[in-house]
Amino acid sequence: MALKIVKGSIDRMFDKNLQDLVRGIRNHKEDEAKYISTCIDEIKQELKQDNIAVKSNAVCKLTYLQMLGYDVSWAAFNIVEVMSSSKFTYKRIGYLAASQCFHESTDVIMLTTNQIRKDLSSPNQYDTGVALTGLSCFVTPDLARDLANDIMTLMSHTKPYIRKKAVLIMYKVFLKYPESLRPAFPRMKEKLEDPDPGVQSAAVNVICELARRNPKNYLSLAPLFFKLMTSSTNNWVLIKIIKLFGALTPLEPLVGTAGSCLSSVSVLISLSSGMPNHSASIQALCIVSRPLSVLSLFVVKYLGLLAMSKILKTHPKSVQSHKDLILQCLDDKDESIRLRALDLLYGMVSKKNLMEIVKKLMLHVDKAEGTTYRDELLTKIIDICSQSNYQYITNFEWYISILVELTRLEGTRHGHLIASQMLDVAIRVKAIRAFAVAQMATLLDNAHLLTGNTQHSGICEVLYAAAWICGEFSEHLEDPMATLEAMLRPKVATLPGHIQAVYVQNAAKLFSTVLCGQEGAPADSKVAQETSQLLIDRLPVFVQSDNLEVQERASCILQLVKYIQKLQQKDVEVAEEVTALFAGELNPVAPKAQKKVPVPEGLDLDAWINEPPSGSESEDEGRKTKGKAVFAREESRHTKPRYTEVDEKELAMRREVRKAEQANNPFYIKASPSSQKVYQEAVGVEHIPVVQIDLSVPLKVPGMPMSDQYVKLEEERREKNKADRKKKDKKKRREKGRQRRGDSGPESEEDITPAHMVDIVTEEMPETALYTIPCLFPSQKSSKHKKKKQKKEKDKKKKHHHHHHSDGAREESVQNGTVEDEEPLPVSKQSPFSLSTQSNPCPLDVCDIQGNLHDGSQVVVSVIFENKCDSFIKSMEFNVMDSLNSKLQRPEGAGPHDSLTVPFHLPPGISSEARFIFSVQSIVMPQKLKGTLTFIVKTEDSSTHEKLDFKLHFTCTSYLITTPCYSVLCPDLNFRLNCFDAYAKLLESGDLKGSSLKLEGINQPFHHLLARICFHHHFSVVERIDSCASMYSRSIQGHHVCLLVKTADQTVSIDAKCDEPGLLRNVLDEIKLTFSQC
Amino acid sequence: MQFMLLFSRQGKLRLQKWYVPLSDKEKKKITRELVQTVLARKPKMCSFLEWRDLKVVYKRYASLYFCCAIENQDNELITLEIIHRYVELLDKYFGSVCELDIIFNFEKAYFILDEFLLGGEAQDTSKKNVLKAIEQADLLQECCMTDTVSQSFSMV
Repeated sequence: MALKIVKGSIDRMFDKNLQDLVRGIRNHKEDEAKYISTCIDEIKQELKQDNIAVKSNAVCKLTYLQMLGYDVSWAAFNIVEVMSSSKFTYKRIGYLAASQCFHESTDVIMLTTNQIRKDLSSPNQYDTGVALTGLSCFVTPDLARDLANDIMTLMSHTKPYIRKKAVLIMYKVFLKYPESLRPAFPRMKEKLEDPDPGVQSAAVNVICELARRNPKNYLSLAPLFFKLMTSSTNNWVLIKIIKLFGALTPLEPLVGTAGSCLSSVSVLISLSSGMPNHSASIQALCIVSRPLSVLSLFVVKYLGLLAMSKILKTHPKSVQSHKDLILQCLDDKDESIRLRALDLLYGMVSKKNLMEIVKKLMLHVDKAEGTTYRDELLTKIIDICSQSNYQYITNFEWYISILVELTRLEGTRHGHLIASQMLDVAIRVKAIRAFAVAQMATLLDNAHLLTGNTQHSGICEVLYAAAWICGEFSEHLEDPMATLEAMLRPKVATLPGHIQAVYVQNAAKLFSTVLCGQEGAPADSKVAQETSQLLIDRLPVFVQSDNLEVQERASCILQLVKYIQKLQQKDVEVAEEVTALFAGELNPVAPKAQKKVPVPEGLDLDAWINEPPSGSESEDEGRKTKGKAVFAREESRHTKPRYTEVDEKELAMRREVRKAEQANNPFYIKASPSSQKVYQEAVGVEHIPVVQIDLSVPLKVPGMPMSDQYVKLEEERREKNKADRKKKDKKKRREKGRQRRGDSGPESEEDITPAHMVDIVTEEMPETALYTIPCLFPSQKSSKHKKKKQKKEKDKKKKHHHHHHSDGAREESVQNGTVEDEEPLPVSKQSPFSLSTQSNPCPLDVCDIQGNLHDGSQVVVSVIFENKCDSFIKSMEFNVMDSLNSKLQRPEGAGPHDSLTVPFHLPPGISSEARFIFSVQSIVMPQKLKGTLTFIVKTEDSSTHEKLDFKLHFTCTSYLITTPCYSVLCPDLNFRLNCFDAYAKLLESGDLKGSSLKLEGINQPFHHLLARICFHHHFSVVERIDSCASMYSRSIQGHHVCLLVKTADQTVSIDAKCDEPGLLRNVLDEIKLTFSQC
Repeated sequence: MQFMLLFSRQGKLRLQKWYVPLSDKEKKKITRELVQTVLARKPKMCSFLEWRDLKVVYKRYASLYFCCAIENQDNELITLEIIHRYVELLDKYFGSVCELDIIFNFEKAYFILDEFLLGGEAQDTSKKNVLKAIEQADLLQECCMTDTVSQSFSMV
C-alpha cells in the first residue's frame, strides 16, 4: 500500500499538469485534435491509478477539455470519486468538474447524495462551501428533495459564509422542489434581518426573485422591505428592493401607481452611483421629475430625491430647475422625505433664489412640529446662507433679520450657532454694522423675552453676541444710554457667567461712548456724573457674582468708574482717555492669514533660536496657556509665531489648546460653529414696541415678518432693474443690431447685483503681516548642513558601489589585506556567471548574475531582471535544467522539472532582483546549466507568452569563499597571532598538491593585481612582502587553496597548493583567463 | 442570471458557467451562436442585446469578452456591474489580470466566480470578503498538498 502511494506520487511528478496541457494545446495549433486525443488517452491511464492526486489532476484536465467542447461524460464516475476525497484540494477540483460537467440526465448524480450530505455537515466551512457551490449548478429535483432539510439547517449556521450560500441555494431548491418553500419561508424571512450584510443581501435576492414569480404572497413583506430600503446603504440591495416593489405595485394600489417609474428611478440610482460622471444623468433627471410631480407615492418620491441628490453633485444646474418640486416635498407628511428635500435644497441655492428658499423654510419653521425637525431646519437655514463664505447673500440686512427671527424659535438647541453667525457677519461686513447694532440693541432691550421661563436655556448665547456687538460698535448706537441701562439691569445677573462677563466688559465700552457724547456738551457735566453713578450703583451686583471672571472684571471696572467719577467731580475731561481704553479698530483676520506672511530671506524657521528645551517644557507651556484661558477674551488675537521644531504630537496638543482659546475668543473668526444650547423665544426686532411688556408667551409680530420686507424689496428692485435693463438693452440693441441678442437674459445669475456692496474679508492678509522679520542667522548654518549632507550622500554612493560588486565579507578581506591604496580599484566588470541569450527580440534582459556562497553545498544565484520594453511583464517563471551535479532548489512538493515563479511583476523600465538557490555536489569542475525563463508580456489589448533561453555558468571560483586564513586555521582566538605560522604549517603538512602558473606581460601595479585576485577569485591576502604575497581561500566544501604570487619584470608567477588538484587547476585557469582579458 | 461566458476575440471559449442545467449539445449550440453574434457587433454598439427570449449583457476587457445572459425582467446595469466586479476580483487576485492568467489558471478563475456568484445571484457584494474566502481556501489547499507529500515520504 505504502509503496503504491509513493510510486503514485513519484509518477505524478512526471505527469502533465493542467499548465502543461494548456501549453501543449497552444503549441499544437495545427494538429490540435490529434494532440488532445493522445492527452485523453493519457488521462484515461491516469484515472485508472489508485492515487487520488493523479486522479484529481486528470479530472482537472478533463474539465478544461470539456470547456473546449470535448465529451467527458464517460469520466462522470471518476469525478464523483474525486469529489469524495477527504482532502480539500481534490474535493474542490472534483466539485468544480461536477458543476461544469453534470446535468440533470447525468445518472451518477444519484450516487452523490450521501457524499454531499456528508460534506454539508463537515466541520470545515470551506468543505461545506464547495459542496454548496457545486450543488447550485447541478441540483436535481431528487437532490433538492433529499437535501432540502440539510440546507435549511445550514441557513442558521454560525458562520455567515455558510449562511449566505445556504440562503442563495435555497432559491434553486425551491425551484426544483417547491414543497420545501412553505417550511423554509419563515427562516428565509428571518434572514432579511441578519446581522451580516452579505447574508441579508442574499436573502433580499432570493425573496425578490421569488416575489417576481408570484408577487401576491409577498405583499405582507412590503413594510419590512421599505425599512430595509431606507436603512440600507448597499446599492446592490437597493436595486433589488426597488425591483421587488416594481413587482408588487400592480397588485396594491397603495404601494404604487406606476411600476415603470420605479424601474426608471432604479436605473437612475444605479447610473448615478455606478458612473457618477455619466452624461445621461441629465436626461434621466427628466424621468425622475415627472413621477415626483405626478405621484404622491412616498417610495417614488424618496428615491427620486435620493437620485437627485446624487445628480446634484455632478450637474447642479439641472437640478436647480426643479426647485418648486423640491420645496413641495417639504410639506410631505413623511419626515424622511422632508429631510432628504432639505439636503437637496442646500445644494441648489443661488443668489437669485436664496431669499425665496429661506422664506419658504422660515414658514416651515413656524409650522414644524417636533424639535428635532425644527432644529434641523434651523441649522439648514444657517448652513444654506453661510455656505462658501456667504457667497449667495446679496443683502446682509436681510440675513441679520433672519437671524433675529430665528431667535424666536422655541426650545432650539442652536443658540450658539445663531450667535456665532451674528458675530461673524457684524465683524466681517463693515457696512452692516450700524444696522446690526440697532437690531442687537433691541434684542438686549427685550432680553427678558428671550430668557423667558427657563433661565438656563440656550438664549443667552444670542445675548452674548448682542452685548458684544453693541459694545464693540457702540459708535453706531442711536441711544447708547438706553442700551447701557438695559445691559445693567439686575436680571442680567441670572444669566450664565460667561455672558455676564461680556455684559460687564461691554458696559464699560458703552460707558466710554456715552461719556464721549455727553462731554461734547459741556453744560451737562452732571449728566455725565449721573452715568458714572449708574455704573457705580449697578456694578456691585456683578462684583458679588460667583463667577470668577465676572467678579474680576466687575471689580476692576467698578474701581475705574469710581476713579473717573472723582475726576469728573473735579471737572476734568476724561472721555478721551476712557475711550483710549478701547481704542483700535477690529479687523477680521482669516484663519490662514499667517501662511501669507512671507518668510524673510535668510530666516530658517526650522532652526533653533535657543537651545532646545527639556522634555517637560511643552507640558509646562500647555499649562500656562490653559491658565490664561480664563482671560482668553482679553488676549491678543495675533499669537506670535513660534520658530521651534515641534513633533506631531506636540503640534496636535497645541492645536487643541489653540482651538479652546479660539472658541472663547469673539475676535476670532471661527471656521465652524460648535453646537450649543436651547432657546426659548425670540423677537422680531423692529416691530416690538419699546415699552416693556412682561409677556411669557412668544411675541408675534403683527403683519409681515420683517425679513419678508427684504424679499419684497428685492423683488421690486429686480423688477426695476429688469425694466431699466430692458430699456438699456433696447437702446443697445438698436445700436448694435443683432450682435447682443444672446446674452440679455435678465434671469441669469450674473445680473444680480448685491443690494449694497459689502466687503467680505476672506483670505486677506492682515496689516500686521507686512512687518519684516530680522534675519537672525547668516546662512552659515544651513550651508554647513548641506555639506554634511553631500558627504553623506557620497558615502552612501560609495557603499552602494562596493556592495554592487562584492559582498560584505569580500570587502572586509580587502581591508584586512595589504591593499592600502584608497583609489578605487580598476575592476573590470566580469561576472562569474556567463549568460547567453539566444537571439531573442526579447524585452527582458538578465543583465547581471552574482554568485554568492553559503555553507554546505549551496550556491545562491542572484539574477537581476530588467524590463527593457514598453509593456508590462508578469508571471515570470524561472526554470533550469538540472544536471546530475547541480540542482535548482525548489519548494517542497514541487516536481523536479517545475519552474519557480519569480515573485514580482515588472512594469516597463523597472528592474528587480531575485535569488535562486542551487545545490551542488562536486565543486571540482566548472559547469554550465541551461535554463529557460517564460513570461507573459502584456500590452494594451493583447498578451503574449514569451520564452527566453539562457545559460548559467558556474565557475570553480564561485565555489570559493573569501576567508581570512586565521578564522579557519586557528579558530581559537589565542592563536590568531600565530596564523602565519599556521599558514606555513598548512603548506608544510604535505597534504596539499602543488601547481603553478606564469603570466607574462602584466604591467599593472602589484596591489592592483592582488586586488583583482581577491575580488574576482575570492582570495584574501595573508601576507605581503614587497613584490611577493601569499593568499588564501577556501571552498564551500572545505578545500584549502593557497597561492604564492610573485612578480618581476611584467611577469607574474603563481605557485598554488590545494588539497584537491582538479579544483586548483580550474581555479588557476580562471585566474589566467581573468588576466588575459585585461 | 442564466449563464456566463468568457471568450477571446478569436472566438475561443475561455470560461463558461451555466446556472441552468442544459445538455452539452445545447450548451455548445448556444455558445457558438452567441459568440458569433457578439463578435460581429461593432465596438460602439450597445452592450445589451435581446437574444431569443433572454437579454445578453456583454463587455469587452482587452482581448476578452465577458458575456452574461439574463432573464427579461432582470436589470442590465446591475449585470454590467457584476461583470465589472468579477473583473476587478480577477485583477486583484492575479495582479493585473490578462487572458493567459485565465487560460493557465482556469480553475482559479472558476473558484473566484463561485465565491462571487452562486446559482446566478451575487452572494457577496464585498470584494474584500470574496478575496478573503478565496485566500483561505487556497491556504487550505496548500496545507493539504504538503500534507500528502510529507505523508508519502514518511511512509518510505
